[in-house]
Amino acid sequence: MNRLRRFLQTPEAIAGAIILALLIVMALAAPLLFPGDPQAIAGPALLPPFQDLSLPLGTDRLGRDVLAELFHGARTSLAVGLAAAAAALLIGSVVGTLAGFAGGLVDDVLMRITDAFQTVPGFLLALAFVSIVGPSLGVVVAAIALGAWTGPARVARAEVLSIRERDYVAGARVIGMHPLEIAFREVLPNALPPVLALSSVIVAAAILTEAALSFLGLGDPNRVTWGGMIAEGRTVLRTAPFLSVVPGIALVLTVLGVYLAGEGVVESTAVRRSLS
Amino acid sequence: MTVLAVSNLAKRYRRGGKPFAAVDDVSFEIGRAETLALAGPSGSGKSTIARLVLRLIEPDAGRIDFEGADFLALSGAALRARRARLQMVFQDPLAAFNPRATVARVLDDPLRIHNIASRAERPRRIAALLERVGLDASLASRAIHEISGGQRQRVAIARAIATRPSLIVLDEAVSALDVSVRGQILELLLDLQRQERIAYLFISHDLGVIRAVAHRIIVLDSGRVAESGDARAVIANPQSAIGKALVAATPRLTRSRP
Repeated sequence: MNRLRRFLQTPEAIAGAIILALLIVMALAAPLLFPGDPQAIAGPALLPPFQDLSLPLGTDRLGRDVLAELFHGARTSLAVGLAAAAAALLIGSVVGTLAGFAGGLVDDVLMRITDAFQTVPGFLLALAFVSIVGPSLGVVVAAIALGAWTGPARVARAEVLSIRERDYVAGARVIGMHPLEIAFREVLPNALPPVLALSSVIVAAAILTEAALSFLGLGDPNRVTWGGMIAEGRTVLRTAPFLSVVPGIALVLTVLGVYLAGEGVVESTAVRRSLS
Repeated sequence: MTVLAVSNLAKRYRRGGKPFAAVDDVSFEIGRAETLALAGPSGSGKSTIARLVLRLIEPDAGRIDFEGADFLALSGAALRARRARLQMVFQDPLAAFNPRATVARVLDDPLRIHNIASRAERPRRIAALLERVGLDASLASRAIHEISGGQRQRVAIARAIATRPSLIVLDEAVSALDVSVRGQILELLLDLQRQERIAYLFISHDLGVIRAVAHRIIVLDSGRVAESGDARAVIANPQSAIGKALVAATPRLTRSRP
């Protein structure tokens, strides 16, 4: 409770929390408010917003309900963003911990691999991966994580390098603890806070990457995504701009909310550190 | 009977590109239930010797025999198993424990790793260990950062004796404690030595403390043995220049005692 209060100290954090909460509510309520297939035809094509009360945001070129698509798109965006970020943080912290703790040849090999991934732009990597393996939600998550794990890996390694010289690591060796247990039970949990501080940036980037992949037609074709909606509306941008603008605004607000909430978390942990 | 025999131990480091000897041709032995003190100014190689003996760092030359077997020949699982018999207590009891740990977890680790007690039996063993070092068993659920420095050092000692070692390396183990607590911890160490026949490698720069607990002393000067012998005799009448300097720097010892 105390932690939550400290988190909600800054107006940015409150704004971020509200946006994220709304988004989560949207994602959770989508199947309740809009049961059935959001990609089913619901009315006349290209109905502008605020004309028909049953279709408040109008319909797209095929007559699909834009509001339903928006709600279901929130599910995809959140799911992909969180899953990709979780995968990237997991891979990154494991690789970084192994490299930093083992040192020597293991460190060299792992860090050269990290370099290799870092020199290729993340989006290009995701693009190549999805076009080879084929678009499905799992593949999109893996593709985004593939380009995002290097940052956490570097941060984790730097942190582990300083932690492994501490007395308690020597103490763990003295009592005969296995090196892997030392790395993952004694060192990794203490190296995590700066790595987790990256998570908001990674979630936001993952949501944008997913949208970009969908925009290029490389998203999961069986799911509504905001990127896909923007791509869909692009062809009628002059006659029905709302088709691209509405999901665009949703995307901007989501990324903004994730950033602000992430800043709030970092800020509140920084305060806690300086107090203790 | 000899617990630890170190011969011709050497460790070199590079400082500013130039190699220098942190430990240079050091030999000593420690018998069962004996306390050997390593004294010397900062940078004389005391802690390096402690870390070499514990295999936290590897020597460039020399031999370490522990309980009659070549300790440097061990590696991997055999080394980890052997570590049960050779424990350490660090100077800063806060830095010596994982900041996230509880007292129970700290004491649970050695019991689990060396299969000393079953999972069901361990809480009882932890309580017994805490009582053995003069702490209340209810302390087990507390976080390490919640207890006092003296209590923490007692927990460190409890962890060291959990695996029934024959030798404990005490690296400035009482230096960070205030004077009243220091006396109690030294009492505890002496009591444990009498009952469990544990040998101590006692590293300290404080000759007053060394005189109170050590049987023999080695005075180190820039990685070499300057002099060695019976602790009281050496402190009463040091022969080496560094020994004289250390005695002169300890005000309590120059004053006459009843």
